[in-house]
Amino acid sequence: MKMKKNFNGFDFLQNNLVPLMFIIICAICIPLSGFSTSYLLNEVVTRMGRNIFLILSLLIPIMAGMGLNFGMTLGAMAGQVALIFVTDWQIWGIPGVVLAMILSVPLSALLGLMCGKLMNMAKGREMILGYMMNYFVTGLYQLLVLYFMGSIIPIKHASIRLPRGFGIRTTVNLTNMRQCLDNEFAILYKGVKIPVLNFIIIALLCLFIVWFRRTKLGQDMRAVGQDMEVAQAAGINVDRTRIISIIISTVFAGFGQIIYLQNIGNFPTYTAHSQIGMFCIAALLVGGASVERASIGNVFLGVILFHTMFIVAPRAGVAITGDAMIGEYFRVFVSYGVITLALIMYEIKKRRARSHGGELLARAQREGGVQS
Amino acid sequence: MRSIKKDFFGNQVLTDINFTLGEGEVLGLCGENGAGKSTLMKILFGMDVIRETGGYEGDIFINGEKAVFNTPFDALKAGIGMVHQEFSLIPGFTATENILLNREPQRRNVVSQIFGDRLNTLDYKEMDRRSAEAIKKMGVEIDAKMVISSMPVGHKQFTEIARELSKDQLKLLILDEPTAVLTEKEAEALLESIRGMSAQGISVIFITHRLHEILAVCDKVVVMRDGHVVRDVPAKETSVDDITRWMVGRDVQSGSAVPEAKAEPSDAKTIMSIKNLWVDMPGETVRNVSLDVREGEILGIGGLAGQGKLGIPNGIMGLYEAGGTVVFDGQEISLNNPRKCLDSSLAFVSEDRRGVGLLLDETLEWNIAFPAMQIQDKFLKKLFGGAIKWRDEKGIHAVTQKYIDALQIRCTSSKQKAKELSGGNQQKVCLAKAFALEPKFLFVSEPTRGIDVGAKSLVLEALKKFNRESGVTVVMISSELEELRQTCDRIAIVSGGQVSGILPAAASSEEFGTLMISQVV
Repeated sequence: MKMKKNFNGFDFLQNNLVPLMFIIICAICIPLSGFSTSYLLNEVVTRMGRNIFLILSLLIPIMAGMGLNFGMTLGAMAGQVALIFVTDWQIWGIPGVVLAMILSVPLSALLGLMCGKLMNMAKGREMILGYMMNYFVTGLYQLLVLYFMGSIIPIKHASIRLPRGFGIRTTVNLTNMRQCLDNEFAILYKGVKIPVLNFIIIALLCLFIVWFRRTKLGQDMRAVGQDMEVAQAAGINVDRTRIISIIISTVFAGFGQIIYLQNIGNFPTYTAHSQIGMFCIAALLVGGASVERASIGNVFLGVILFHTMFIVAPRAGVAITGDAMIGEYFRVFVSYGVITLALIMYEIKKRRARSHGGELLARAQREGGVQS
Repeated sequence: MRSIKKDFFGNQVLTDINFTLGEGEVLGLCGENGAGKSTLMKILFGMDVIRETGGYEGDIFINGEKAVFNTPFDALKAGIGMVHQEFSLIPGFTATENILLNREPQRRNVVSQIFGDRLNTLDYKEMDRRSAEAIKKMGVEIDAKMVISSMPVGHKQFTEIARELSKDQLKLLILDEPTAVLTEKEAEALLESIRGMSAQGISVIFITHRLHEILAVCDKVVVMRDGHVVRDVPAKETSVDDITRWMVGRDVQSGSAVPEAKAEPSDAKTIMSIKNLWVDMPGETVRNVSLDVREGEILGIGGLAGQGKLGIPNGIMGLYEAGGTVVFDGQEISLNNPRKCLDSSLAFVSEDRRGVGLLLDETLEWNIAFPAMQIQDKFLKKLFGGAIKWRDEKGIHAVTQKYIDALQIRCTSSKQKAKELSGGNQQKVCLAKAFALEPKFLFVSEPTRGIDVGAKSLVLEALKKFNRESGVTVVMISSELEELRQTCDRIAIVSGGQVSGILPAAASSEEFGTLMISQVV
């Protein structure tokens, strides 16, 4: 028996409002910016390699019903701490990246565990809790990096230490690590550099996520995500499952941040993580994801649209208003706007589902009349 | 499975229950709401509630051995499966995934060798096979690949049953009102599958309000009333009428209540007329209610739980989504708009007194005066021609004191907080609140739920007095038939979301009983 699905234009529009809006914005801005196709492609491909891993780390908590994990920033901080150590030890290139990833695991797992435990205490408010956790843990991170590093934790290398003897300089230079992943096996195709190794890593993570959905743990997470009480009644340890999903997400976010930073080649020690969560979430939502549903396809589409807009918006801004700042302005403004829109749509959908029952009753009465 | 015996004293919800169930037998359990059926089944299934409220007395024997279940999982291990009234299904999963929820067959892989069994991959082929087997065992066709949220409600019920059947060790299956949500055809299919199960040696306890189903499928019938087993007979030797009488019938001594027959002129003006009302209140769905209420009477609305009697006032007052027409005092009132209802002099005492009825953290004065102040601008002094409204503290105090005396609300002062009062006194505050509105029409929903006998009669007296002295029309909704018969002039019985009949209060219990179950769906 096959369900007949009649195509409803209004529903389609409503479910895909955000991606459609972005496609239109991009379609208008691309010709205005006057960039060549190869330049544009080059930029987008580079940014895909840089950013997708981070965004993929958001998928598992959504599956477990914990919404958009603003707590991924904690993983990003762990990644940065690991990078500082690796820089201090002067281990460069791919070995440095791998070592940083390994170092970040215990730290981000610990932060993820803490975050997961707190989120279990505030079920249904995971997103705002995660967001506030960022500010709190940022304080701890600053304490660690600004006061403990160099005084308690040995930092040998003067190039990253503040002149006063302890604390880390405001910028950590990763020049010797810069784009080492991107350049490995890179292919130049018609002027577009394709970072093959990066994409291999991303493909592996995608495969992992697809495989993970088919495991017992993945199945449990989906069950927990849809109805905690039913899952509990069936004997699934709900709290533990949720904590695991946050830990996995945080660890991947740590890896993602390392990949992101090695591409850029340096990072502002105290602020690199601060907006990463928000931009990743915005990109995911631009790709058509919602608070309770997100796929790998959403991630790719989101990254392409979101970054295309950022590349072309400044130049388009110059063309229209004569001011390049409009692009940066747009970036922040649009990110918050998209997140707000997604949260509102989520609530509206929930409410509509509730009133659906009433509509059915009314229809049944009209059609069936009084049955006796 | 031989001889399940159980005594449960506790707060006298269940007294001295004994019954036995043989292998492959089907036992029909019936009784009014609050007769103790659910509590009994919760004990049998080892639900947490029982342990948290102090456990039970008596013993359960399974296969001649004493069994103690501390959690539902213990009961599951012993081969007891239960299908609850509320669905316990994951909406976005297919039937197969739900049937095997948390019992999925798994395959080991490299990763799970290192990180533990939770990373085993699921064996989808085996899952399909097992669920197909369970569905076959049940004997009803459902689409195993269909997602639960797009299934009709009957198929959800079957999915639940298939889940219990897929457990290999299953020996006893408890079905708590499984047919309540089914259409006639689906119910027939379910009965068929119950017969099939019993033929395979699975014992079934079947709880239902549809008595003919019991007669159709059960080997024996146990009728419960007020925590006692009143009858335990083979199904062949009884009839619907017998069971009805056992269910509803009270002891002659306690049935004190044939109220003084009030000579109510039956040509009294109709004050409220309800036509084709539907209300989407979860668990209390109203499907099609048409009802006329006469001015100045007390109309009772009774019926079994879940049949929609609570939905009627909640729908009319706009607390749940509703449709249909309600004409009050010659004017049609718009539904889904509580403010409009209150403006047209309707008042409602909710069954959910802590949630909807009271401002728990505020004083009694506030609680009683707040709606009147909010809606009718009472107890407000107007300054500067109404630009600023000032609370009339003295007036509020006086009116509160009046109702505290009239209803004998036990409190330290009128400034006490509502949450510090006992349940009965809170209920009185709710009534006082409604009285302070001085409505023309009052809905009272379950006014005596959870309060003691003394407070109960006081509350009922107060309602009667209010009705008689101020000529207010009262519609009282209650699950307790006796209480309705003591208080009301006429009683409408709701069954299956529709009014199945209206009787004078003096009609016999059997007549009410018949109406109650007449259209149970």
